[in-house]
Amino acid sequence: MKHRLFWPVVVLLALILVNTLSRPSFVSITVQDGRLYGSLIDILRNSAPLMLVALGMTLVIATRGIDLSVGAVMAVSGAVALQIIQDSGDAANPSVLAVAIGAGVLAGLVCGLWNGFLIAVLGIQPIIATLVLMLAGRGIALLITRGFITTINSDPYKFMAQGYVVGLPFAFYVSLAAIAIVAVIERRTALGVLTEAVGINPEASRLAGVRARGIIWGAYAASGLLAGFAGLLYSSNIMAADANAAGLYIELDAILAVVLGGTSLAGGTFSLAGTVVGVFTIQTLKSTITFLGVPPAVTPVFMAAVVVLVVLIQSSRFRRWVGRLGGRLSARSAQPVERTEVAS
Amino acid sequence: MTSTQTVLTGELRAVTRPHRFMARHASWIPVFAAVGILVAMVVGAQLYFGKFLTPRLVSSILLDNSYLLILAVGMTFVILTGGIDLSVGAVMSFTGMMGASLLRQGLPSSVVAPTMLATGAVIGLGVGVLVQYFDVQPFIASLAGMFLARGLGFVVSLNSIKVTDPPILWLQGTRLQAGSGWYITPTGIIALLVVLVGAGLLAYTRFGRTVYAVGGNEQSARLMGLPVARTKLLAYVVSGTCAGLAGVIFTAYTGAAYPLNGIGTELDTIAAVVIGGTLLTGGSGFVVGSMIGVFVYGMIKTIINFLGVDQSWTRITIGALLLLFVVVQRLIVARSARRR
Repeated sequence: MKHRLFWPVVVLLALILVNTLSRPSFVSITVQDGRLYGSLIDILRNSAPLMLVALGMTLVIATRGIDLSVGAVMAVSGAVALQIIQDSGDAANPSVLAVAIGAGVLAGLVCGLWNGFLIAVLGIQPIIATLVLMLAGRGIALLITRGFITTINSDPYKFMAQGYVVGLPFAFYVSLAAIAIVAVIERRTALGVLTEAVGINPEASRLAGVRARGIIWGAYAASGLLAGFAGLLYSSNIMAADANAAGLYIELDAILAVVLGGTSLAGGTFSLAGTVVGVFTIQTLKSTITFLGVPPAVTPVFMAAVVVLVVLIQSSRFRRWVGRLGGRLSARSAQPVERTEVAS
Repeated sequence: MTSTQTVLTGELRAVTRPHRFMARHASWIPVFAAVGILVAMVVGAQLYFGKFLTPRLVSSILLDNSYLLILAVGMTFVILTGGIDLSVGAVMSFTGMMGASLLRQGLPSSVVAPTMLATGAVIGLGVGVLVQYFDVQPFIASLAGMFLARGLGFVVSLNSIKVTDPPILWLQGTRLQAGSGWYITPTGIIALLVVLVGAGLLAYTRFGRTVYAVGGNEQSARLMGLPVARTKLLAYVVSGTCAGLAGVIFTAYTGAAYPLNGIGTELDTIAAVVIGGTLLTGGSGFVVGSMIGVFVYGMIKTIINFLGVDQSWTRITIGALLLLFVVVQRLIVARSARRR
């Protein structure tokens, strides 16, 4: 009960349960040509970009920061990669693809380094420093695609988001790999602890000999890098680089996933497993809403309800308030029966 | 002895006068910088294009950005308390949708417009309650407000609703001419009035001074016995009401309401407020500065139109300017901190 993953997992299981009750086909997985199909598999596949972004966001939030630019970075990296492929005129050439993917990821990394420079070196507030790139990034992506939506036709590139390996979507392996790499780097070395130290008190950790500046910079670089990968996955899914739509609102989903997973926005302690659960929760919620026949455009109302619910549960004042209410109720029920009847 | 003293103090005063002026008006310096940038842009454009600065163009900048100006005034209150309000664009869009739908059902605009304002105020109040009473970070609380308003806009209708109500269209269509091309619309007058009221509230009322105190140091404000909770709530209510009013103005401006209106407007608003010299840490800034920020934004858009280059440059330029201002502010804050 007191485990910090308890509530996030309960929420996810409850969502899956509701889905299963309302349509038993939700949990069924069919095998076709050695590939698995089903709603759950779709969730695994579609959650990959959000997973990458949310992992980076977890690290950034752990340093008491926030990265609003991830959606714009996705747009930039997708635009860079697809423009290179389109300009080469040879969409199936492996070396062209390698260059395009490399350039896309590099673009993401550069964006992350830029954010990190503004925040760690110049000391600008994270929300504003990343807002700069959030505003400018989509403009840059539009310049790269020359104001058009770049479309390509390349089966190898398509494979990234839509291909299957050993029965499971390739994109799922990408998110698995990202989870594993981030977890190993953060939790099997001292880096995770140092990150938490910086998030709890940057000044104190600096005095204690932690290189706070480098750690903060690194967190934003990692976030940019992961957003770069996410942008490639997104563009591979629709086979187009749409500078306006790529990764729109994903920063909000990612922040929400991190918060759902029990990582406090105040920095410090973070939970990668919580973020993973949070991402699946959001993706399940979205698929639920779609299934309920609600127009996708109305989705934000449900998101708002979830955000409010989650932040209220996390708010200590709200819990105290509920506790007091519960206490009053139990006190009242302890009183003589007639009084209770009058009260009710 | 008295004479040497006078000489000394005289000398001291001579040395410190510019410094003292700087120190006393430190919070105005970013506003002056914004004015400087605005003037530089106008002069540069005038020299480059030759026939840039016409009365018609200056008038149109106020016309095209009156909704942004209203939003920026509300946002200034929230940012001054040290918060942020991401919901304004969505609230503007939602109140517009709601108003257009009510008008279509035949309600008079004298009922609809106050309802729109009240709706904005209620959403602002909700955000404020989350922030103040449940310790939710302003960023997240207003994010919830943004999601809610955005979704509710689509609940009203998935398609755009045309507005044919004469009083609403009058707000935009009437051009009060003032000779040689100068004109102003009722929307522009309303926006300027909002600026006036906002500036007056901040400078001359107890509420306004408390806003600065809360943003400067919430703990101290509380210890001084100032009504911190009420003030913070009110700041979000002001922002929400402004967003509702902006909904009226934007509906009049476009002559229709569309649920996708105003996406990204909250960012433009924040950028304008920051460019206008309001510190995001709260406690320092002016409504007049935000107005200058909006004009800088409008001027950039106009210049980019004139240049005929891609509109994506608007966002890039705004981003770059935002960065410039934040760095400048950072330097100012660092310098005053060192002096202390």
